[in-house]
Amino acid sequence: MSILVVAEHDQNSVKVPTRVAIAAAKLLGDDIHLLVAGQGCQGAADAAASIEGVQKVLLAESEAYSHNLAEELASLVVSLAGGYSHILTATTTSGKNYMPRVAALLDVSQISDIISVESDDTFKRPIYAGNAIATVQSSDSVKVLTVRGTAFDPVAEQGGSAVIESVEAPAVMGVSEWLREDVVELERPELTAASIIVSGGRGMQNGDNFQMLESVADKLGAAIGASRAAVDAGFVPNDMQVGQTGKIVAPDLYIAVGISGAIQHLAGMKDSKVIVAINKDEDAPIFQVADYGLVADLFKAVPELDSQL
Amino acid sequence: MKILVTAKRVVDYNVNIRVLADQSGVDLNNVKMSVNPFDEIAIEEAVRLKEAGKAEEVIVVSVGQTQCQEQLRTALALGADRGILVETEEDMQPLAIAKVLKAVVDKEQPGLIITGKQAIDGDNSQTGQMLAALAGLAQATFASEVEIGDGSATVTREIDGGLETITVKLPAIVTTDLRLNEPRYASLPNIMKAKKKPIDVITPADLGVDVAPRVKTLKVEPPAERAAGIKVESVEALVDKLRNEAKVIS
Repeated sequence: MSILVVAEHDQNSVKVPTRVAIAAAKLLGDDIHLLVAGQGCQGAADAAASIEGVQKVLLAESEAYSHNLAEELASLVVSLAGGYSHILTATTTSGKNYMPRVAALLDVSQISDIISVESDDTFKRPIYAGNAIATVQSSDSVKVLTVRGTAFDPVAEQGGSAVIESVEAPAVMGVSEWLREDVVELERPELTAASIIVSGGRGMQNGDNFQMLESVADKLGAAIGASRAAVDAGFVPNDMQVGQTGKIVAPDLYIAVGISGAIQHLAGMKDSKVIVAINKDEDAPIFQVADYGLVADLFKAVPELDSQL
Repeated sequence: MKILVTAKRVVDYNVNIRVLADQSGVDLNNVKMSVNPFDEIAIEEAVRLKEAGKAEEVIVVSVGQTQCQEQLRTALALGADRGILVETEEDMQPLAIAKVLKAVVDKEQPGLIITGKQAIDGDNSQTGQMLAALAGLAQATFASEVEIGDGSATVTREIDGGLETITVKLPAIVTTDLRLNEPRYASLPNIMKAKKKPIDVITPADLGVDVAPRVKTLKVEPPAERAAGIKVESVEALVDKLRNEAKVIS
């Protein structure tokens, strides 16, 4: 049986979480097909064809897929589902949006956010904000899975030489319409791809103070994250949120500044290799997961850190 | 229009959960249970739409054991008009819950369905999307703003890169993100009033839905513990450790 992975791309390249999903797919079988859906995405299809482990690229070109509308993408995936034992994608906001629709239309369950492949029907996944790990077994004929972006090492961008095959788009449902997006252009690495992250919490006191973190992040080549408290307080936009309901990250170094460490935040970063906490409250729960804790006033410690880098 | 909202009974978000020694699951004995926080946001949004004259009735549904009536009463105290409990002892998984909700939607014909984007116990984030698929309706997940128009809704969604705005034809399913609203607290008079509001109790069999689980939980374990770290005395010591011990900066 073959395995279908649905790619996330920016028309010209395939995003890293998709290569993580392919890494999980490789543990399930060798005949891996990668679906690239969108408009004007030949470049992404070409990039997809050279990814390690990909045997075939399915290219679906249609305006209906240009903004990842869940209804249309799900119809497409379902139209292609015959003959696949597993259908996977990365646990991104896009994957989380359309994949459960795919599962429901196929009348199978979805196993969300897997962190390990135990066998072709058994997987591990975090529950309760990562405070427990469940081993689950699916009895469905097709396994529909989303894959946590930090759980597997992405396969290489090069090394494959897949054929590209165009596929027919099914009829458009036409019940939703994309209007606009307000996406921040990043000058720094993306949170989920960064090897170093500097994150700020409620202790930052306001959005302007995040400039202190930016200076440190620039010197380290780091991304900037935030706790839910900082996002809710309006210091920074939602796409910076790390946690159970935000982004799940596992960089080499995570520096938590003025973050108390609610379990919902820890759920998003505790798999980081090295965790640093800077907080003036020595009883803050963040210190329980920190490799290096510094009890200090962040308004003194961060400028000092900046000057020493 | 009617609005249908959901209220899942889950372990309160403030509880530090404990994994059972026999690895069969999480200890739910004498643990505080609450309405899933994302469902609370859904209930609040529906009640606000009713208060703004955009809806006539808010119906709240819970699927699970008889104790889910507590969560329905909470939703009624927050302003929902009536409750439906689909009572079952079965381990209810997202696909089965979506099928139950689809049957309720067929019966009640709401103009809008609002659910939480995920429940904080299973963290699946599936039910709303599955319901939308089964009902053949549009979906707007992870909503941070909802505006009801004539036959459609304009919804701003939280996505990985920032925000996205889409319009969906009604009826549609909206799932709530954290910043859609801040749920109110139930006042004492409203808690008293809620006791008189009706709750219908039905079963999945009444709705003709097969809710047999498809996924078996083989075991539940605590996550790997992080080894205890150390406290450093100064920024200088911290930078030294990061450079020379952890070797994560140059």
